[in-house]
Amino acid sequence: MNALISTALSGVVLMFVGLFARKQHIKFFAIAAIIIAFIANLAQYPSVELGGYTMFGMIEVTKFSIIFNAVAIGSTLLYFLLSGSEFEKVGEHVADYFALVFFILAGISLAATFSNLLMLFLAIEIMSIPQYILAGSDKKNLKSNEAALKYFLMGCFSTGVLLMGITLIYGSAGTFEIASLGLGAENVSPLALCGTILVAFALAFKVSAVPFHFWTPDVYDGSPTVFTSFMATVVKAGGFIAFVRLFHVGFGGGEISSHWMLLLAIITALTLVLGNFTAVFQQSVKRMLAYSSIAQAGFMMFAVIAMNLAAAQGIVLYAAAYSIATIGIFAVLLRLKDYTFEGFNGLAKKEPVLAFAVTVFLFSLAGIPVTAGFFAKYFVLAAAIQQGHLLWLVILAVLCAAISVYYYFRVIIAMYFKQGEPQVEPVSGGFKAGLIFTVILVLALGLFPNLLLCWL
Amino acid sequence: MLTVLLILIPFIAGLIAFGLKGSGPKVLAVISSLATVATAIGAWCRLGTAPDSLSFTANWIPQLGSQFRVGLDGMGMMLCLLTAIAFLLVFIAIYNRNYESSNSFYGLLLLSQAGLTGVFTAYDALQFYIFWELALIPVYFLCSLWGGDKRIAVTFKFFVYTFLGSLLMLVGIIYLYTQNPDHSFSWESFTNLHLGADQQNWLFWLFFVAFAIKMPVFPFHTWQPDTYEQSPTPVTMILSGIMVKMGLFGVIRWLVPVLPEGVHMWADVAIVLSIIGIIYASCIAMVQSDLKRLIAYSSIAHIGLMSAAIFSHTEQGMQGVLLQMFNHGINIIGLWIIVEIIQQRFNIKNMDELGGIAQKAPRMAIFLVIISLANIGLPLTNGFVGEFLMFSGLFQYNHWFMAVAGLGIILAAVYTLNMIQKVMFGNANALTETTTDLQPAEVLALSLVVAIILILGVYPKPILDLVSNTTAVVLKF
Repeated sequence: MNALISTALSGVVLMFVGLFARKQHIKFFAIAAIIIAFIANLAQYPSVELGGYTMFGMIEVTKFSIIFNAVAIGSTLLYFLLSGSEFEKVGEHVADYFALVFFILAGISLAATFSNLLMLFLAIEIMSIPQYILAGSDKKNLKSNEAALKYFLMGCFSTGVLLMGITLIYGSAGTFEIASLGLGAENVSPLALCGTILVAFALAFKVSAVPFHFWTPDVYDGSPTVFTSFMATVVKAGGFIAFVRLFHVGFGGGEISSHWMLLLAIITALTLVLGNFTAVFQQSVKRMLAYSSIAQAGFMMFAVIAMNLAAAQGIVLYAAAYSIATIGIFAVLLRLKDYTFEGFNGLAKKEPVLAFAVTVFLFSLAGIPVTAGFFAKYFVLAAAIQQGHLLWLVILAVLCAAISVYYYFRVIIAMYFKQGEPQVEPVSGGFKAGLIFTVILVLALGLFPNLLLCWL
Repeated sequence: MLTVLLILIPFIAGLIAFGLKGSGPKVLAVISSLATVATAIGAWCRLGTAPDSLSFTANWIPQLGSQFRVGLDGMGMMLCLLTAIAFLLVFIAIYNRNYESSNSFYGLLLLSQAGLTGVFTAYDALQFYIFWELALIPVYFLCSLWGGDKRIAVTFKFFVYTFLGSLLMLVGIIYLYTQNPDHSFSWESFTNLHLGADQQNWLFWLFFVAFAIKMPVFPFHTWQPDTYEQSPTPVTMILSGIMVKMGLFGVIRWLVPVLPEGVHMWADVAIVLSIIGIIYASCIAMVQSDLKRLIAYSSIAHIGLMSAAIFSHTEQGMQGVLLQMFNHGINIIGLWIIVEIIQQRFNIKNMDELGGIAQKAPRMAIFLVIISLANIGLPLTNGFVGEFLMFSGLFQYNHWFMAVAGLGIILAAVYTLNMIQKVMFGNANALTETTTDLQPAEVLALSLVVAIILILGVYPKPILDLVSNTTAVVLKF
């Protein structure tokens, strides 16, 4: 609850700050605001430690939601620290960009707490609309405009599908409250089944699962890189938390779960295969990361399908591991002139700290031990194995993970084993310190995942 | 605590080495490996009197029931000793070489030593998996940074191959964990699982593929000759001397005790694959003219025999494997040291262009002959005892398997003697005319190797006694 209020308020305040403060100083206001939001969110933890509470039947605050919000806000803090200064290079309205990020965060904190389908709809929309604007914020760039328009049209379409699904579910269950939907306690009505599938499709669109992913590469590639970094990480995790919450709480019990589970298992398989195979053929690191985000979404889908404790732990850990690592890589990418793999050639000689940090982040994305990504993958796979009949999907997933090594290691190979003169902007000591801190965070979570899990 | 020290000494030395300059890293590496050997010998003395003092347990991830748990049994002790000695030998042998950015080179080597020791001491499956992966990463960078012309593609293949295998093993570990009512990854609780035969049936392959890729067993061996050839020779020593033992170790420590029925069911298949590997690799070795590839293929053949002997599940076979794991490590490192010297002097690996070295460098020739004969398994060398025991174990299991595998000895004699002939004897050519004999550091390393070969060839009892408790434990399953 605190997270929702503080992020929404910060957004409004920042819009006004833009009127008074200088362009270069807005970043510091944003960082201060996000630290306040982070603390405000965690301050609520003691009161829900023993049990959550609901408000007006609309939102439900639990320790799980608070920890997820902490991960989302904390990742955004890292994002501001590492890439905040890049906001100024996109355009004139720096304060607005920061404000939009805060509104997205408000949407995410709503997505982690909703207990009513209306709130789900609001959460998804609050998350999406600022993204359409951010995607098009580089007004003079044709690709940015294309990205914004494409994202907006497709997003509207999926919103329509989501609403349609919610309507059908309401027609069947007679309530919007997800805990009391009671779909398919005895037999599943066609109405409820259609509604569930439509909602699943709409959410699959938001998290860019195959075959609803077509917007992703173009939008991520066309948007200003600094915003791609946020859209591909924290926002995606926010989409997943809504997905997991709705399907575990709303559609978890009864016979209906067997219907959507197979469907989502197929979507997961497609996402894994297509995301990984397409990423292999990319020439631009930015586009590779776009496809890698699809591939990683495949792993996060496991948390939706496997409905158990490990899945809940897994999605939080995965969100943290994936967001931190990807934000870190994008922060370095932003300092490079050339986004192709060749642009990374010889980076280890010129900027050893940057190269080392990127290596650790890529290890984390590939799921190599002692990085956060390993335990993230561990938990989602364990959740699926516990589920029992998903073993085929798990084997497929590890085959895909082996493929993912190919494109992640291409960057490492370029940085360490190839010769070249990379075009790097001069980086400050503060930036390097931030990267080192992020590396330590990744390694700490990789060695002691219980630092995060003990709060759940 | 001694066990933890075995991991910590190289780990900390490795981290420090990254920050040193000039000859600092290599001095540190030698000191650290001397300290590790001393610690390993200390632990060996304790093993008989106070074995409990060698295990160490700490809470790690309570939510999962995973602990940081290290300990030593006979096999673990033997492999830790081998690792410690092997790294010492490597560091002595390359003491006079100068590597580009030597701080990273020695740092990564020491880190890989820590990882390998971690694998051999782990008694918690998750921890085992993590060390298993960690040992690989420094080696990947070592090969890719200091290797030959085709290093990038070759080491990448090696990495993806082993990574895929270990991921399959991870799936297996997680599955076992979900079947485990204790919610623990400990070795004891895994061995008490007694899963049904149908589960063990397919679980066997998840683990076996991971271990078979590492060993490597035919048909999972295709990464190996290229990697050995392209890696810098010190790394090849580590790869062939110790890293391949990870696969054998995995089978003995985890596969046989945890999935005994699966092993029983698939033993014939595993042995047949291993024997195909022996014959196949020996045949290829006979027609190789590249020195490094020849030794790489001979290593596949030797490992094939060890793998076959494990699956024979007999006391003699098992004792033979455990002894041979040690011997093979020492012998093959000895061979690589000589290859490294030849490569440094003449900058070629093609045997047809060499010859006549024995006249100019008689000491080198003597060392090569002794080590090669040990590699074939001539009586009075260490190789003989191990091979004899393994063949006898295989014979008890199935006469025909033993008969076919025995061809490997003959083939080994053919290609090894051929190699000695081509490299050392014959007439000196323009290239080898001017060569000089060994340098002191090289003599020291090779003398140590030969001393171990001869002592264990005559008196293998210390190692056999050391590993006998492992054999007894494994055969109970």
